[in-house]
Amino acid sequence: MKKNVLLKDVAKVIRSKNAGPFEITLDIILKNKSEYQKLKSSGVINKELIADLYHLPIDKIIHFVYFDAANAIKITIPRPRPQGSVGEIDMHAAQQHVPLMNILIR
Amino acid sequence: MKKNEIRILTPTAMLGYGFPEKWFNKGLEMEPDVIAVDSGSTDSGPHKLGLGDMTCSRDAYYRDISKLLKAVYDQKIPLFISSAAGAGTNEQVDTFLHIIKEISKKNDYHFNIAAIYSEIDKDFVKNKLQNNKIKPCGLVDELTEEEIDLATTIVAQMGVEPYIKILEEKKDIDIIISGRTYDPVPIAAMGIKNNFNPGLCWHLGKIMECGALCAEPAGKVIFGILKKDHFKLIPLNPDNKCTESSVAAHTLYEKSHPYILRGPGGVTDLTETTFNQLDERTVKVKGSKFIPDKKYNIKLEGAKKVGFRSIFIAGMRDPIAIKNIDEIINHVKKDVEENFNDIPKADYKMIFHLYGKNGVMGEHEFQKDFIPLELGIILEVLAPEQELSEAICSRARTELLHAPYEGRIATAGNIALPFTPLEINLGHVCSFNVYHLMEIDNPISLFPIKYLEV
Repeated sequence: MKKNVLLKDVAKVIRSKNAGPFEITLDIILKNKSEYQKLKSSGVINKELIADLYHLPIDKIIHFVYFDAANAIKITIPRPRPQGSVGEIDMHAAQQHVPLMNILIR
Repeated sequence: MKKNEIRILTPTAMLGYGFPEKWFNKGLEMEPDVIAVDSGSTDSGPHKLGLGDMTCSRDAYYRDISKLLKAVYDQKIPLFISSAAGAGTNEQVDTFLHIIKEISKKNDYHFNIAAIYSEIDKDFVKNKLQNNKIKPCGLVDELTEEEIDLATTIVAQMGVEPYIKILEEKKDIDIIISGRTYDPVPIAAMGIKNNFNPGLCWHLGKIMECGALCAEPAGKVIFGILKKDHFKLIPLNPDNKCTESSVAAHTLYEKSHPYILRGPGGVTDLTETTFNQLDERTVKVKGSKFIPDKKYNIKLEGAKKVGFRSIFIAGMRDPIAIKNIDEIINHVKKDVEENFNDIPKADYKMIFHLYGKNGVMGEHEFQKDFIPLELGIILEVLAPEQELSEAICSRARTELLHAPYEGRIATAGNIALPFTPLEINLGHVCSFNVYHLMEIDNPISLFPIKYLEV
């Protein structure tokens, strides 16, 4: 039986972080060029999926960009609330990457 | 003298966090032309601009600056420090100047210093607003005169121009301390002044302002060598390695877009950048380009006070109570509203943080099919006065302790409270309300320069 492969199995880095006080940026860096190319050409990770995982309308995604030099995908989305103010739950937005970890990539 | 390379030593990503002297001293042996370090960020929240708080304690800055000044004095290496004390307000620039004066007096050092200030007069900002020269930087609301007045102070991120002016005017400058500054500036300044490729200068600045975070494993002290058509990055701790992938990956860090980096006066474009391994620990970067904007924009930053916060911290272990947590919280909220019905509901906020349920990801939490063993509960109350936020917090805490719920058999109390005082007052809450781009004509005149000798 074919074994399921999750994003966390092929990624070296999956992280989230503020990009200024009003945006969260998600970085996915693959372990090597070959995994990166496979993932990029498969199109498994796309705007629809991110919108679904983060409960966002698709047009709210600010950037969805492949960065070949780093074998990386960068996705930037709005912060659910302005940084460091009322109701803040993650000042640096450093723990908002978890929904990406178990994306089934093949 | 025409330089064919610029050698830059950066001790750490954030002045005040401390740095290992051993590796810093090793960097000094490599004959740097400048020591450059950033001290600012909006990343730890709006209270620094809203209240004038510093990122680190005065003592922490004193220690780090002491280590740097010794090198500046003994080896005559210029020192550039940007975004003094976190927010880079005028007061924070002066705090750094005082620290330098104290250390110099104690050690009998003598320096030529330039200070650059970055607070922007509110009337100037209002005038720009009236002339449609201000637009949101990203997702923030449009600026209004009211929000300008509400901001405690407004600073602007300066570009490299004030640094260049100082380097041209004062050949023997030892130290530059600047207020709020685009992070890469102190690292890029000497290269740009000496007509190196600005794309490389900015990209080098963007990487090195985070110290050796671009290495594997991440380190602190880093050395950069800028040449005419490339730059090299060498982490000073021999356990850290800069690799093609670690440096390329760092280019992504904390930024909205991976290869278009917006800054004051233009864009650094990394579309054609290449990363090459030179030896096990050194990476060479080339191909980065700078594209100047037609109109010069600077980023304004400001924060306002929005009220006072009180919290309590509690734990819940009873499985029947945990099963009924939503019902319990609704009961508490309703009870507080009834008890404080003389105050409009819009005047205060109660936000329950439920650790064990969705405390970390909030509305982004995707896993819902589990029952937690324990819940960590923090109630956050915001109100116009501290006494009121405390009173609401206290009322909510007692009600949470005794709230009825279906199937309750533990009738003595619903929560476990670890600390006294049970309510904790957290003082002012601030919020970023100015985060806008302002079009300007002169990137030097907005940032007054003061020269002094110690």
